[in-house]
Amino acid sequence: MELGLDVSEQNGKAVLSVRGEVDVYTAPRLRERLVELVAQGKHQIVVDLEGVDFLDSTGLGVLVGGLKRLRSHDGDLTLVCTQPRILKVFEITGLTKVFAIHDSVDAAVAAD
Amino acid sequence: MEAVELEIPARAEFVALARLVVSSVALSRRELADDRIDDLKLAVSEACTNAIESHAAIDLEERVTVRCEERDDRLEVLVEDRGTGFDPMSLPEHPPVTDPERLNFERGLGIPLIRSLVDEVNFETSDAGTAVRLTIYCGPAEPQ
Repeated sequence: MELGLDVSEQNGKAVLSVRGEVDVYTAPRLRERLVELVAQGKHQIVVDLEGVDFLDSTGLGVLVGGLKRLRSHDGDLTLVCTQPRILKVFEITGLTKVFAIHDSVDAAVAAD
Repeated sequence: MEAVELEIPARAEFVALARLVVSSVALSRRELADDRIDDLKLAVSEACTNAIESHAAIDLEERVTVRCEERDDRLEVLVEDRGTGFDPMSLPEHPPVTDPERLNFERGLGIPLIRSLVDEVNFETSDAGTAVRLTIYCGPAEPQ
């Protein structure tokens, strides 16, 4: 199962675009990529979930871990997501109150 | 009652296969909206992940069984492992989401998600392993 992970830079923020399914098998790759970005000094990261078809609690855990790591560097991890099926997972777990979730990459990179 | 049974190696890469099989069965059911199929798929993924992790915790090579039982008014999915079991009622509670300490908890969201997603969930755990039965109410399969 492929997990697409592409990084670009916009407005001084790293934008990590994720494609495919994020589960117990693929989530470790997402974690590694986030850890690499933080190690490279990228402390403002936007994770674009618009290309994600499926996300389970393992993926949520990786995002929570990434946010924690970035906050410890005075940074932030924000999300882009408009798909109801993915948003629902954040809503059920209450994580919509933990993450800033934007409608587009443009909105996420423009946010303070 | 029709049933489809799948045995998967207890490895992470096979959880996607379990999701695929269960969603294929669910797609054939009448009165089951797409978002409910997504709910079931996610619940199955969570149950299979727990099952695989319970085998990994004790280096157990045995397979995990995923069984879809099609009944007239519902679809039931049974996920069985041979791990050491757990008490679903004694899971540690996470701090409130507004508490910064919440970020220290990356795990433990699977069981609450399962409870929210399906109509009924039943955990049977013993020395022989854990069986999680997920039930979603819907109409019968489409006639062929």
